[in-house]
Amino acid sequence: MSSPPVSLSLRGVRYTLGSARTSGGLREILRGLDLSARAGEVTVLLGPNGAGKTTALRIAQGLLRPSQGQVTLLEQDPFRAGAELRARVGVMLQDGGLPQSVPPHVLLKHVSRLHRDPWPLEDLIERLDMADFLHTSIRRLSGGQRQRVALAASLIGQPEIVFLDEPSAGLDPQSRQTVFDLIGHLRRQGTGIILTTHLLEEAQRLADVVYIMRAGVVVRSGSVGELLDTQETGKDDAPRRHMLFASPRTLTRADTESAPLSIALERGHHNVPGATWRVSGVDTPAELRALAAWWEDIALMPGEISFESKTLEDVFWEVSTS
Amino acid sequence: MTAVPRLPAPAGRRILAHGLYETRNVLRNGEQLLVSLVLPLLVLFGASRLELITSADVPSIDVITPGVLALAVMASAFTGQGIATGFERQYGALAYLSTTPLGPVGLIAGKVCAVMCVVAIQAAVLGTAAVVMGWTPDAAALPGLLLGMFLGACVFTALGLLLAGTVRAEATLALSNVLWVLMGAAGGAVFPLPENLAGTILQILPSAALGEVLRNASLDGAVALQPLLILTVWGVLALLAAKRWFTWT
Repeated sequence: MSSPPVSLSLRGVRYTLGSARTSGGLREILRGLDLSARAGEVTVLLGPNGAGKTTALRIAQGLLRPSQGQVTLLEQDPFRAGAELRARVGVMLQDGGLPQSVPPHVLLKHVSRLHRDPWPLEDLIERLDMADFLHTSIRRLSGGQRQRVALAASLIGQPEIVFLDEPSAGLDPQSRQTVFDLIGHLRRQGTGIILTTHLLEEAQRLADVVYIMRAGVVVRSGSVGELLDTQETGKDDAPRRHMLFASPRTLTRADTESAPLSIALERGHHNVPGATWRVSGVDTPAELRALAAWWEDIALMPGEISFESKTLEDVFWEVSTS
Repeated sequence: MTAVPRLPAPAGRRILAHGLYETRNVLRNGEQLLVSLVLPLLVLFGASRLELITSADVPSIDVITPGVLALAVMASAFTGQGIATGFERQYGALAYLSTTPLGPVGLIAGKVCAVMCVVAIQAAVLGTAAVVMGWTPDAAALPGLLLGMFLGACVFTALGLLLAGTVRAEATLALSNVLWVLMGAAGGAVFPLPENLAGTILQILPSAALGEVLRNASLDGAVALQPLLILTVWGVLALLAAKRWFTWT
């Protein structure tokens, strides 16, 4: 089966803010960004705050002109896009980008009039469960309700490609599920979806392709499976399972240096009695036996022991802290 | 796969839809109605009754009415549209709408349409009130009045958008209100400028030019070329500056 067509391509994109003549000088937000997204796939951009995700999306949407590099959206330059291209693209901006004084039904009806074949409004309202607040001005809506309005506004034209900047921010679990279901529906219909999120569990669940960004460049990319199979070393046979154990005492440097496998404190834990330690790559009985021997050598009987599959969050932390 | 490429509505329909959407928003917004309609009505009424509180020469209703029309045009095109656009920009709504088939050009064209609709309503309400108060415009005044209000609406919309697209929404709110009051009270919009050095210099203000165009049309049925030219130059400068400095976010 051939790959679905590429809907979005960024090649060597740089974006610089400021001026060499001003006191703040030049600030490079994107430093040669390469990424692409295909129709019918969910492409997720991950990265810490300030990595350049929103700037990348804004350039892809045609809201910003890149300082350098090539951007193609549905085979056109989005910065010079006409109405024909914009009718094929849906955009949900970070923080909604909604006028505050109008109620959702006025905004959605208005945006639907800009399209020749809009998504039936009643269906969209039902799918996103918006009936209860349709006539309340957007200013008075909760954060989660505004998110749903912004998502509806991005989808009303039945776009071929849709950009969702943190679509589930501020949503309760039920609304988040509704949004996930809708994203799944769009993907099955062949819509290309590009989204950013800080929720790594959500990314792992939804993504066909993940780009992890840091300081304006992509530092890791691939399918979730590919990312889980590849560690910082780039080895494809990297472990996909960890062991977590609780230590009843503080571990000394000598203790950790004599460990047969790579061990580290679990995120958020400090080296105090009761802390949880993470052992990477406990994949064979021999490794388990070596670990037990190490505990015996350092006279340590762990508290709770558990196994955990490697997640996208682990990959994200590896990349973020490397 | 999505089989059929999605198409935008025809350009005319998009702009008309946005014009009606914006007009409706203005008419639903109490503060904008206050600035666009209620305050000019109060100025019309108050200025025509100045003889009750002063012994100085008070301009007649025939002089005051075109001045109040100029004030009303500035209120809806500059102050009202500037403030609304400034806050839309702050909330990201301007950026969002520019990603729809409306696009930046359609967005601005729709705003101009909305200003024209509101100006038409203002002209009808204020004109009727002025006629009741004794204004007797000549039929020959109509083309000049319409031309002046149309051009004034375009120029002040461009100035309002320039302000809204370059400074923070709160600054737009403050500046546009202060400038509207200053231009209305002392900038030659409502009352003709005095015939002295200061008055001669202030003639280059867009408010004075708009006031003069409307007063000339109303009183003499004539199109005053010099203020019309000044107004046009302001419009061109505002458009060029907006093209250079306006940002959507």
